[in-house]
Amino acid sequence: MTVEGNETRKEMILNMGPQHPATHGVLRLLLHLEGEVVKKTIPIIGYLHRGVEKLGENRTYLQNIVFTDRLDYTAAMCNNLSYALAVEKLCGIEVPERARVIRVIMAELQRIAAHLLWLGTYALDIGAMSVFFYCFREREKILDMFEMVSGQRLTPSYICIGGVRRDITDKFVELLKSFCDTFNDYIRDYENLLTKNPIWVERLRDVAVLSAEDAINWGTTGPVLRASGVKFDFRRATPYCGYENYEFDIPTGTKGDCYDRYLVRVEEMRQSNRILKQAMKDIPDGPIMADVPFVTLPPKEQVMSNIEALIKHFKIASGAFQIPKGEVYSSIENPKGELGFYIVSDGSARPYRMRIKSSCFVNLSALPFMTQGCLVADLIAALGSIDIVLGEVDR
Amino acid sequence: MNRQEIIDRIQEKASSLTMGTSQGIDCPEVVVDKQHLIEFMKFLKEDEALSFDLISDVTAVDYPARTPRFDVVYHIFSIKNGQRIRVRVPVGDGDGVESVTCVWRGAEWLEREVYDMFGVTFYNHPDLRRILMEEDFKYHPLRKDFPLEGIEE
Amino acid sequence: MGVEKNLANLGIVTTCLDKVLNWARKNSLWPMTFGLACCALEMMVTVSARHDIARFGAEVYRGSPRQADLLIVPGTLTKKMLPMVLRLYEQMPEPKWVIAYGNCACTGGVFRTYNVIQGIDQYIPVDVYMAGCPPKPESLLTAIMMLRDKIDKESLKNRG
Repeated sequence: MTVEGNETRKEMILNMGPQHPATHGVLRLLLHLEGEVVKKTIPIIGYLHRGVEKLGENRTYLQNIVFTDRLDYTAAMCNNLSYALAVEKLCGIEVPERARVIRVIMAELQRIAAHLLWLGTYALDIGAMSVFFYCFREREKILDMFEMVSGQRLTPSYICIGGVRRDITDKFVELLKSFCDTFNDYIRDYENLLTKNPIWVERLRDVAVLSAEDAINWGTTGPVLRASGVKFDFRRATPYCGYENYEFDIPTGTKGDCYDRYLVRVEEMRQSNRILKQAMKDIPDGPIMADVPFVTLPPKEQVMSNIEALIKHFKIASGAFQIPKGEVYSSIENPKGELGFYIVSDGSARPYRMRIKSSCFVNLSALPFMTQGCLVADLIAALGSIDIVLGEVDR
Repeated sequence: MNRQEIIDRIQEKASSLTMGTSQGIDCPEVVVDKQHLIEFMKFLKEDEALSFDLISDVTAVDYPARTPRFDVVYHIFSIKNGQRIRVRVPVGDGDGVESVTCVWRGAEWLEREVYDMFGVTFYNHPDLRRILMEEDFKYHPLRKDFPLEGIEE
Repeated sequence: MGVEKNLANLGIVTTCLDKVLNWARKNSLWPMTFGLACCALEMMVTVSARHDIARFGAEVYRGSPRQADLLIVPGTLTKKMLPMVLRLYEQMPEPKWVIAYGNCACTGGVFRTYNVIQGIDQYIPVDVYMAGCPPKPESLLTAIMMLRDKIDKESLKNRG
């Protein structure tokens, strides 16, 4: 309570974060509270602002792939894909068929991994601890597959300009098959624990409702937009990598509350599994990297044995790109929403401007609007349901 | 509606508000003068056929050798048509442009970031202050004359 | 023979205080929930059943710095975040240890920019450096084992 003159105000300002178990990273929230009721939320971000856009202007197109991994670090493959598609559109590069199918497989595996991570940590926030361990168990299988193809679990830098870096092996396809065959049962296990659980429903139903009109007005994308009832997915609206050839549903919610966002993401995992099964059935043979002089790297085996390939590799790696002048904006459906790259090229080896449109940034801006008048515990539920990753919010 | 139809519609209904239209590699581009910005943005959103309702991005590009120095670039998406449009507004150094938060609320934080990184002012913005850097940071990092490794203070 | 046999029957063990304290401290390292960036995900995975940091007595992640004795810094430290980290470090009671986990915490990593601190050891003392981008969870377990070895060699005379 603060006393000012003859007036007693019951409002308290509480600082949450940037070090806090439930803020999913270094997010700071200033809460204007009246008892337990949140009157106003002011998010303060920038604690993980690493200057990636400025770095993008000072590094070559090839070097920038590494930074894209570290944006939304739960969905690194998808970030790589978005950047690669933007540069390929700028240069007019056609990616070989085998690489396109591998890209879809990696993107959907990454989507499942990101949603599993979200579900585990969200359930932990709300208080359901066992789900955390179950989700991470499945996620480990996916990370093992990533490590098999790229050598890294979290930041693979696997999808690059012109194709993918290394080919997948039969062992990978075997692991993928065994994962896809059993994953739907695991989703059923998670749903058994949570979906009809009275505590879960009570905590999430009618919390932080965002209507369809508001969701569009605030520029939200991804599961947040779909949970509000807008049936929109960039994989359907502006297909890339051959998504128009796969059958999948777009789950949508009705109310736009936290419970709908949970249901949408769980169903998306099922649909991703469906896409994986289709992609895996018929992976075409052929090269995994387009052969474009002075843009795409030659295969590693040739670099090690052929002097011309070695010279080509050296020239590209040290920055002798021939990217045409122009600008392009290209976005994909990341697990969190729309990840867009706006690249302005002046014909040199480095982008003139590399802008990263982050869905988490825009979705987070709707948080104060969504949580007016809710309780502090509901605020935690709302924050978790938007699914933010500070690496992408702050860049 | 395809990309050419979008350009045709804009030229038919709002050519007095634009300074030029063209087809980019990925989407139609329109250059708009800052005096007509709000009117044009409202037209893009409210026109039945165009219906550009989802603000994708607001950013800026710095061309220090040119006057006006900055290009504030808007990317807006139409859920109905599945098409994107790029709107470019030239703005001088030290100058500003009207905020489009009255058209799309989602532009609020995006414009704050442009202000923080480039120093472009947005008039009638509900809360224009720095968002990524500290409140008392003196420079605008994404300007071309700001060094990558920062300025020692 | 003699004294030891009699004392052992009474349930008394003779040792030096340093050894007992070090044994107790190294087997109950309580980290603080402190995740900055990507490496925090690998730190979270170490808690999960596959890697199981609980074997080392460290599964009790404390939210409050006043109850923690290990600060694992996973991720990039920015200039904006620095005052918070310093305050958190000062709020931790002695004895406390710091693991710099990941390239960004050790040296700034790939981010040589205007807002990134090039290594947390410029501001707080670090006991173990673990490089990697991000290092695998096994690396965090290795870092904890290295820290345990370091704690073994500590003495009351130096530490207090």
